[in-house]
Amino acid sequence: MNHNIDYKDGVKNGMPIGIGYFGVSMAFGMMVKNALLPIEMAVFISATNLTSAGQFAGLNLIVMNASMMEIAFTTFIINLRYALMSLSLSQRVDEKMSRFKRMILAFGITDEIYAVSLTKEMPLTLSYFLGLLTPAYIGWVLGSFMGALLGSLLPEAISDAMNIALYGMFVAIILPQAKKDRHKALAIVLSVALSCIFAFVPSLHIGSGWMIIIITIVVSAFMALAFPIRKDEI
Amino acid sequence: MIQSVIVMAVVTYLIRMLPIVLFQKKITNLYLQSSLEYIPCVVLSCMTFPAIFTCTRSLAASVVGALAAMIFAWKEKSLIEVAAIAVLGVLFIEILI
Repeated sequence: MNHNIDYKDGVKNGMPIGIGYFGVSMAFGMMVKNALLPIEMAVFISATNLTSAGQFAGLNLIVMNASMMEIAFTTFIINLRYALMSLSLSQRVDEKMSRFKRMILAFGITDEIYAVSLTKEMPLTLSYFLGLLTPAYIGWVLGSFMGALLGSLLPEAISDAMNIALYGMFVAIILPQAKKDRHKALAIVLSVALSCIFAFVPSLHIGSGWMIIIITIVVSAFMALAFPIRKDEI
Repeated sequence: MIQSVIVMAVVTYLIRMLPIVLFQKKITNLYLQSSLEYIPCVVLSCMTFPAIFTCTRSLAASVVGALAAMIFAWKEKSLIEVAAIAVLGVLFIEILI
């Protein structure tokens, strides 16, 4: 089989994620260091959670001595978007993929890995997904370690500029879709408009976790009702 | 502290794992299937905008980086090229200011 080719292809496409993650997780490592927690804690959190916003929020709550319930609930809300991605991926993998393989694949679902996996033709294989995960995971864990170890050795201008890298990747995935399909273009315009309303109307500040879930459900349900996509059109 | 981290990890993993394990079959309902087709671009666009404009310490730099990324993305450049031009755009403006 072509597992090996798939894996290598994944590693290649996962490289930019790894580089971007390295920069972001260095910032996380620095935060852990500033909170006067040990380096091992930065590595442990990153290696087990593999999520940016969730970890930053979780660390804050830990430092503030929040209750376990509060930590669990906040993590749940911030990361609930992964459930939508997981559901979306369930339709992109082979129907016959075993439960065990699905359980392994699930660990690697992040915004960026999910986004890049969409650019691969279906069905999505575990080998390709693990290929994407490998550099991403190394970048994420290593960056946290280096950040906690070195503190602010990376010039601030560079680590600050790195923040835009992962958003840049998202743009690279969204815009070509908008060009090809005017219904998807409309979905994108609606999502951006709603997201701006949530961001700029102070009374609607409900946290990014809720925002992403609400917009995703509302816009995709609306688009599905207004412009259903028939299988033969895909 | 260790327990808190483990709780975070378990909650996060369950969110990621349950849907893909529970939905083994292809969804055949037209509307549900269509919603799933729209989810990728919807979820990515509401995460990206307007956050991309405020993700660095300088608004001007973020705007230039974002515009550079959008131009490259429209020309269907690769992910890494688009990400790189965004970072370079930000650095360029920050150095200029």
